[in-house]
Amino acid sequence: MTDKALEGLGDHIARSLENEVISATVAFGELTVVARAEHIQKVLTFLRDDQECMFKQLTDLCGADYPERVRRFDVVYHLLSVQLNQRMRVKVETDADTPVPTAIEVFPAAGWYERETWDMYGVFFADHPDLRRMLTDYGFQGHPLRKDFPMTGFVEVRYSEEAKRVVYEPVKLTQEFRSFDFLSPWESAQYILPGDEKADEPKKEGAK
Amino acid sequence: MAEVDIKNYCLNFGPQHPAAHGVLRMVMELDGEIIERVDPHIGLLHRGTEKLIEYKQYLQAMPYFDRLDYVAPMNQEHAFVLAIEKLAGIEVPERGQYIRVLFSEIGRILNHLLNLTTHAMDVGALTPILWGFEEREILMEFYEAVSGARLHAAYFRPGGVHQDMPKGLAERIYAWTETFPKVLEDMEALLIDNRIFKQRNVDIGRFTAEEALAWGFTGPMLRSTGMAWDIRKAEPYEVYDKLDFQVAIGTSGDCYDRFMLRLAEIRESLKIMRQCLNDMPGGPVLSMNTKFAPPRRGEMKRSMEALIHHFKLYTEGFKVPEGEVYVGIEAPKGEFGVYLVSDGTNKPYRCKIRAPGFAHMQAMDFLCRGHMLADAPAVLGAMDIVFGEVDR
Repeated sequence: MTDKALEGLGDHIARSLENEVISATVAFGELTVVARAEHIQKVLTFLRDDQECMFKQLTDLCGADYPERVRRFDVVYHLLSVQLNQRMRVKVETDADTPVPTAIEVFPAAGWYERETWDMYGVFFADHPDLRRMLTDYGFQGHPLRKDFPMTGFVEVRYSEEAKRVVYEPVKLTQEFRSFDFLSPWESAQYILPGDEKADEPKKEGAK
Repeated sequence: MAEVDIKNYCLNFGPQHPAAHGVLRMVMELDGEIIERVDPHIGLLHRGTEKLIEYKQYLQAMPYFDRLDYVAPMNQEHAFVLAIEKLAGIEVPERGQYIRVLFSEIGRILNHLLNLTTHAMDVGALTPILWGFEEREILMEFYEAVSGARLHAAYFRPGGVHQDMPKGLAERIYAWTETFPKVLEDMEALLIDNRIFKQRNVDIGRFTAEEALAWGFTGPMLRSTGMAWDIRKAEPYEVYDKLDFQVAIGTSGDCYDRFMLRLAEIRESLKIMRQCLNDMPGGPVLSMNTKFAPPRRGEMKRSMEALIHHFKLYTEGFKVPEGEVYVGIEAPKGEFGVYLVSDGTNKPYRCKIRAPGFAHMQAMDFLCRGHMLADAPAVLGAMDIVFGEVDR
């Protein structure tokens, strides 16, 4: 689909759902609609049933974490219309305390995707019939894809000869976790190089 | 005689069961031999791929995709490099595109050969797997010839493929496409009219096109209901729009249809492979844009500029412009998608992998309800599940 057709579709959605949709943008040839989390069921139902949308399939549902924002999580829905051969993305914002209404009633496929999002990010889905953990271990604690969750995790497992079973222990790293920063300091690094602290300060009057 | 109260009972299917296709644990509630409820417990092969990718540069993240669906590794790589290319606007030379398509189709045959034969084994036919795996081994030799690895190829690069095909490989692949149909016919002859095979598969695990869409089915699962949806045709990527092939569809949406459909897809893939080999132009296989693709080795010996680019690409890596894209490709199992969010640095900010098997596995409960216990392996086999991609 061309960008123009997608913009037209975005306008149509934004006009039909004035109160529910915040914005509709086209970038990289893809349409992204940002909606209000509490109305997500209505938005998805409209997108599924409207004659110009016909998004009958929920391709994907996932979370994303932006810790610097007030509402740190995005829940991203990817929709596909087989009939009209078009795709789009719906995003809603939420935080760890605000539940997002479940999309199961609109798309049964949302069930496991929401479980996974809950597992990975701790985004709570209201009225989900079976919001158990999906991919992590039985009894796992924490939400691993959050940006503040360390990559090495907190516990490690090993088989204990004495106890004759698998035991959980706190992670012991034989060397400190290494995360190299290869970003070129001249082009894109966000921090100030040592000695460069005064480079951006406005020059004082009379200074040469 | 006093009436006996027969209680439903629970059965643990897996996690170590040959018909569970890896590490799947299903808690089944049975009424006699009728399945009342299935609760698949997945995640036993969860390796945190998405988290690992967030800590790796784009190029370092690429080999993780081989390890998702390890039955058809290059198809996964394809989705990831297409996503990077879309974000960064990298052009791929035509020869590179043809090679990618060629190896994607080899991947499709690799996958279907494994699936068809193990599906047959699940329902009791042991011979096809022995014949099919011999052919798979030849295909993996082709993988090895271009990338040096039979399974975890890491061959695709943003901007093309790592190296050109070695001399003589094209002829070997072409010769194979001509001898292979005979093996396929032999294999078919064992199964398609086999009474036991039919009894185990016809009308098992049926669903309609509407149900398939609602449950997020893609690929052969969706097509077996008669819906001609193939991303290679609908949103052609690479050179698929220049190639002549058909989309195989089923009629009834049962396990037998899915089996037959995959057989037809293998034949279409052979057709695509031959066309690729015939039409493949000469020229470079990797983009000349040195900001993303490394310079050739020979060039590096002479050019200072090339040496600098090489050093930059293998230390800092390349930076991808800010933005988010979703790219879905027609992997052998269905739509394999990558949702890539970039914050403008050299590492992905978020990379969600949309695995077709995840959506299919979810519907296990819906598909198995009311079936006999022995039908569960047939449904599972025709679903084409590999846990590398379901658990990620």
